[in-house]
Amino acid sequence: MSALIDVENLTLQFRTDEGLITAVDDVSFSVARGEVMGLVGESGSGKSVTAKALMHLNARNAVYSPESKITLHTETGPIDVLALKRPKDLQVVRGGAISMIFQEPMASFAPAISIGKQMVEQLQMHSDMSRKKAQEVSIEMLDRVGISDPSKRFDQYAFELSGGMRQRAMIAMALSTRPQLLIADEPTTALDVTIQAQVIDLMKDLVAEFHMGIVFITHDLGVVAQTADKVAVMYLGRLVEEGPVRPVIRTPAHPYTQGLLAALPKLDNLDEPLTPVPGDIPSPLERPPGCVFNTRCSKVVGPECMSVLPTAHAVEDGHTASCHIYRTEAKA
Amino acid sequence: MSKPLITTVDLSVHFTIGKGIFAKQILKAVDGVSLSIEQGSFFGLVGESGSGKTTLGRALLKAAPISEGSARYEDEDVSLDLGSLEGAALKDYRKRAQLIFQDPYAALSPRMTVRDIIAEPLEVMGLTKTRAETDARVREIAEKCRLNLEHLRRFPHAFSGGQRQRISIARALVCGPQFIVADESVAALDVSIQADVLNLLKEIQNEMGLTFLFISHDLSVVAHTCDHVAVMYLGRLVETAPTRELFAEPRHPYTRALFSAIPSLDPDDRGSAQKLEGEIPSPTNQPSGCKFHTRCPHVIDRCRSQEPELEKSGGEHAVACHRWKELLAVPA
Repeated sequence: MSALIDVENLTLQFRTDEGLITAVDDVSFSVARGEVMGLVGESGSGKSVTAKALMHLNARNAVYSPESKITLHTETGPIDVLALKRPKDLQVVRGGAISMIFQEPMASFAPAISIGKQMVEQLQMHSDMSRKKAQEVSIEMLDRVGISDPSKRFDQYAFELSGGMRQRAMIAMALSTRPQLLIADEPTTALDVTIQAQVIDLMKDLVAEFHMGIVFITHDLGVVAQTADKVAVMYLGRLVEEGPVRPVIRTPAHPYTQGLLAALPKLDNLDEPLTPVPGDIPSPLERPPGCVFNTRCSKVVGPECMSVLPTAHAVEDGHTASCHIYRTEAKA
Repeated sequence: MSKPLITTVDLSVHFTIGKGIFAKQILKAVDGVSLSIEQGSFFGLVGESGSGKTTLGRALLKAAPISEGSARYEDEDVSLDLGSLEGAALKDYRKRAQLIFQDPYAALSPRMTVRDIIAEPLEVMGLTKTRAETDARVREIAEKCRLNLEHLRRFPHAFSGGQRQRISIARALVCGPQFIVADESVAALDVSIQADVLNLLKEIQNEMGLTFLFISHDLSVVAHTCDHVAVMYLGRLVETAPTRELFAEPRHPYTRALFSAIPSLDPDDRGSAQKLEGEIPSPTNQPSGCKFHTRCPHVIDRCRSQEPELEKSGGEHAVACHRWKELLAVPA
């Protein structure tokens, strides 16, 4: 599989009244065409900020480190995303090569403009389609994502659709420009389980059909197990574990991933008590020195956890974890 | 078996929407629900959005009007008919029944300190006479909810989701209630924190002998916390049973579909689930016969015309389905 997007050493800080806040710290990964990467972490771990960086979409107070590099490999050649400055150049990436669907579809559609008009507007912005052609494509797309009576829905407003329908319309809109990479930021979190199952199925079909790459952001490990080919786990701006979905879910290597899985209520054993990951995620203003997880970790191996930042260690082929446990084992 | 704290018989909550005599529509949010919640139990109420679970919870707190049927509250001291409750008796009921909300970010006033938030019910209800007495009570309950006493002087914005939810819990408990409605109280929390709050709720319940109505859309959370579960669909109870029985052998097709929609943690178990088509119908325009027949994979003609009653199906298990006996032979 050829790489679609390469993220190298992404470090991102925000300038605020309280000083520089580190949101993403030295994160590298890549996503290939036709590959689904699950990006997992709790609120405040930096997963949404990372995803937005792929489109250079973070607020103006964002500061990227000079080492940060994001390369998008399109059919017409590689694009250095972070070097793009002018809105016109960025448009090629935003909504063109990369589309994004958000968690709350009600908040993402303009409430006073019909669904159809919004779809046509962005299609015309990214191609030289006529209005009539854009309308045809939009209705076709609504039909493809399983919306019944698409020509009627085309003229309706977001509030007239149910939550599941709205999310389908959102997906239709994101895919109508035929993006090469789709960023899905918690697309099923606001939906009921039965509707979530439908949307996940739909997304799986669409990956196969459009052969695009997907960055699927979620905090639900069950959803990841069902959709992703590989998983990246983030905590406080660091990528703590990365690998193919099977080993990461079955034999998680980082204490944080292990904790997340243990905290999950499981249906096959109701007697097993729930074990929370102790404590709360620290504020990004109070990033602990050493390993970022040291304030909550149950497996602290020694003083190096408090002072030395662990580096990625390959547990097995393609599966890495940043934890001192492995360094100690190597020494012993 | 202990005696019931809350008993409802054919409880209905109907809202009239639209103005004028012609445009009027009746929205049946809760329709003929009979249940009893035993003292000291953790009673789970499950269903999709729009199933009426929140409205039922509110009706039991006398925060939504009861249109038909009856609801009674009975503890050691009082026996109250919730339908006709008003004036001093209603005020008294407020001390006995309390609510914990879903979103800990919206439920706490940003302009009040944590101490004031927790103390407010005491002051409003006149439960304490002096400030010293109030402070002592606030401190006692804050400790029970594992809040740091240092934090009482701070404002809610300084806290994470999990800590805020613990503040909400402290506020609900401070007036010494017997009955607590927890409406999706862990839905907004990260998994690592969710387990911690669930454990806290269980601990408090055991220690103080409280009765909980735990409203949730997440079956795996319910499985781990509740002793008895009721499943709601479009204002009706479709199945109710002790947790273990329900999870060992779900009998209603809707309950079965809810189970199979939970994303499996096994990456190799993709797409084996039996998926539910369509969405929950609008409560203003309800289907005839069994409310679930529009989505049920096992529908027959009888389901379309005749509504099934909630009938005992052995022990404490009750199900509202014409075909549950035949379906036992069909694997879930």
